[in-house]
Parts: sequence; structure tokens; C-alpha cells
Amino acid sequence: MATVMIDLKRLGDVKAPAGFADRVLAQAGLADSYAVFETVLGPVYVAWSKLGVSAAMRCLSAAEFEEWFGREVGRALVRVSPPADLAAKIEDQLSGKRRLQFDLRGLTPFSQAVLHKTLEIRRGEVRPYGWIAREIGHPAAVRAVGTALANNPIPYFIPCHRVVRSDGVIGNYGGGGPEVKKQILSLEGVQLARLQKLAQSGYRYEGVRSTKIFCFPTCFHGRRAREESFVFFHDEAEARAAGYRPCKDCRPAVA
Amino acid sequence: MEGTERVFERLVLDHQNRIYALSLALTGNRHDAEEVAQDTFLRAYRALATYPPDRIRDLKQRAWLHRIAVNVVRNRVRGVRPRLVELNGSEPARGPGPEEDVMRQAEIDELAARVACLPARYREAVVLRHVQDLSYAEAAEALGQPVGTVKANVHRGLKLLRGETHGDRDD
Repeated sequence: MATVMIDLKRLGDVKAPAGFADRVLAQAGLADSYAVFETVLGPVYVAWSKLGVSAAMRCLSAAEFEEWFGREVGRALVRVSPPADLAAKIEDQLSGKRRLQFDLRGLTPFSQAVLHKTLEIRRGEVRPYGWIAREIGHPAAVRAVGTALANNPIPYFIPCHRVVRSDGVIGNYGGGGPEVKKQILSLEGVQLARLQKLAQSGYRYEGVRSTKIFCFPTCFHGRRAREESFVFFHDEAEARAAGYRPCKDCRPAVA
Repeated sequence: MEGTERVFERLVLDHQNRIYALSLALTGNRHDAEEVAQDTFLRAYRALATYPPDRIRDLKQRAWLHRIAVNVVRNRVRGVRPRLVELNGSEPARGPGPEEDVMRQAEIDELAARVACLPARYREAVVLRHVQDLSYAEAAEALGQPVGTVKANVHRGLKLLRGETHGDRDD
């Protein structure tokens, strides 16, 4: 009798395994998991929750990432071994093959709108800050767009590097400075030299003679034309006066 | 909403050991125990999110979690005998806690497996009363059964356990 009782008591003294509470919180969506991944950009720390990827940063150490995450996102963070499929998904995301889900809770609705709009910019293309502001319905909030992009918690994945100044200056980049921004854009196939030459001459749009459509210089549709059939415009009025209409895909102006 | 999250974090930290021990005793192996314990807390979280603040304040957390855990186990094993064979090697290397040496862990595992051999209605009663040290009233509440039923089931469960392990006195 007594031995059975004592045995049963001991069964009640069992402790939960290490990390159990963290795993529960992660499952409930109260803590994010993170792991470090080798990518084409080098090692990147990536955090995710049930809703999707919540942060990504190039950091020197796990401690640095945890500190940054606590400051920027503020949720609890649990280091886990990376799930097998996530590495492939991240590689696909970075090479533009498909899109991940993102967890942007905790950001203001304005920032969320900016980041969602940024996700629409294709690999190999760039847009000015003012384009984002106009597209999300706050045409005057160009500076606020810049701030929202500077505080992008998921650089690389949400391609804030594809937003540049309309005067052709590539601008600063939260994910590692202007040089990294240029490097990533070249990697994605943007012809930086051409872009900057146009911007320095004051040209913001390119039109194609045969179609009478004008685009942003990196627009996918414009790129199919031969170099000699381009005409360049300083602004929308000039293009319209020449009988051109704005491209419906890159939307350099309201159609 | 923020409040619920704080309450839940506390709840997990305060009760994780007891609920894990309960799950282990009810399922008989560590793999299922982790699943049951996690599931218990997740259900608790979903429920908390729908409760008004005064209900959360007045909640008897311990009894409430025990009741959820019992239901989780009942739902998963309905009609299925618990797995008795621990599939070693399929588990990620979580390892024992620092104090729990390997010998002790093996003993605990064997004990848990033995308890898991009991028929469900005896097992639940014995585990709540003698592993978790609930009173008969609390156990009856968690099981949703009359106190008399629980007492009888505890008695029969213990008798079976003793019969299998020692085969001597009947008390």
C-alpha cells in the first residue's frame, strides 16, 4: 500500500522538460520563434510567429538579434532549430519565386499599408517614395513613408530596398547602409547606372514610341522595348502633352 | 487583450510542472505528455480570450486546468489504448532536467507506463487523487463525476496497481 502511494507521489513531482513554457507561448502566438539561416545575403536571423515571418535582420550574434527584436517588436522570443521547409521558403522569397506570410502586428495601420504596398514592387524594379504615398491614399505623406520603410522590421523579405528617391539617389538603407542597398538592387537586375543617369538629367519617366505608354524606367513592361524606341519625360504633364498615357501596371500617374 | 496575455503567461509558468506531471501520468509516455500538456494550455488560452475579466479573476486555475487536461486525454484516447512502448529516438533531444538523472527518469517512465495500463476511469481517479494530490471533491469536480464514484474508482485503481506490482495485501 505505502510503496504504491509513495511511487505515485513521485510521479507528481516530475518537472516539465526544458523550454516547455516557451514552446507553449510560441504555439499560442505570444512568443516568436527564431533561427539563423544561411542565405545569398549571408547569415540572417529570422523570427516568425503563427501568422508568418515577423522579423529578419543581419546580426553578428544571437544576443544582438534578441536585443534588437525586444526593442523593435517587443514579444518574447524562443530560439528553435529551423523547420526544414522554412529554409527553402526563405530562399524562394529572396529569389522572388514566391511570397511568405508576414506577421505585422504591432505596427501602425499606416506602416502596414506601406509595407504591403512595398511587397507589390517586383524584383528588378524600383519605385519612388511618393509612389507608395499616392498608392496608399496619403499622397502628402512622403516623409512618413520614408520613416515607415526605415523601420521595416523585415528588410530583404519586404523589399524596402526597391523604394528609392525620385532624384535617383539610392538613399539610406536600414538593412546595412546605401552600399548594401545598391548591391541587392544590382543582384536583382536593376540597371543602376542607367537609372541614375536618367535621374540626373531630370528624366523620371520613359515612354515607348510604338505604344504611346509611359512607365517608370525599371517597369517590367517598358524593359521589353529596344533602347532606341524610348522617349524620356521630365514629368507627367510633358508625357500627356506628347500623347502618352500612364502604364497600368507600374502606375506612374493616376490613369 | 494585453491583460489576457499576461494572465496566460503567468498561468503557464505557474502550472507547467503540475500539468506536465498530470499529462505524463495520464498518458504514460513523455511524447504524448508533451502534446497533451501543450494542448491543455492552448485550449486554456483560447478559452481565456473569450472570458470576461471578472471570470478570469475568480478562476480556480488549478482545478480548471486539471479539468481541461482530463478532457484533452479523454478526447485523444477515446476508444484507443494508450501507447505503452516509448519510441526512443523519435524524440528530439530535450533530455531530462538537470537534477533528473537517467536512472531516476527510467524509473519514472516505467511507473508512468504502469499507471497508463489501468482502465481509463480508474487511471483518471487515481492520478488526480494520488499523483496530483487533489482532494476527492476537487477530483470529482475535474472529472465531472460524483464524489462517491471517484472514491470507488480510486480504490479499485489502487487495488489493481497493487495487485500487479506486489500482489499481496488487500486494504
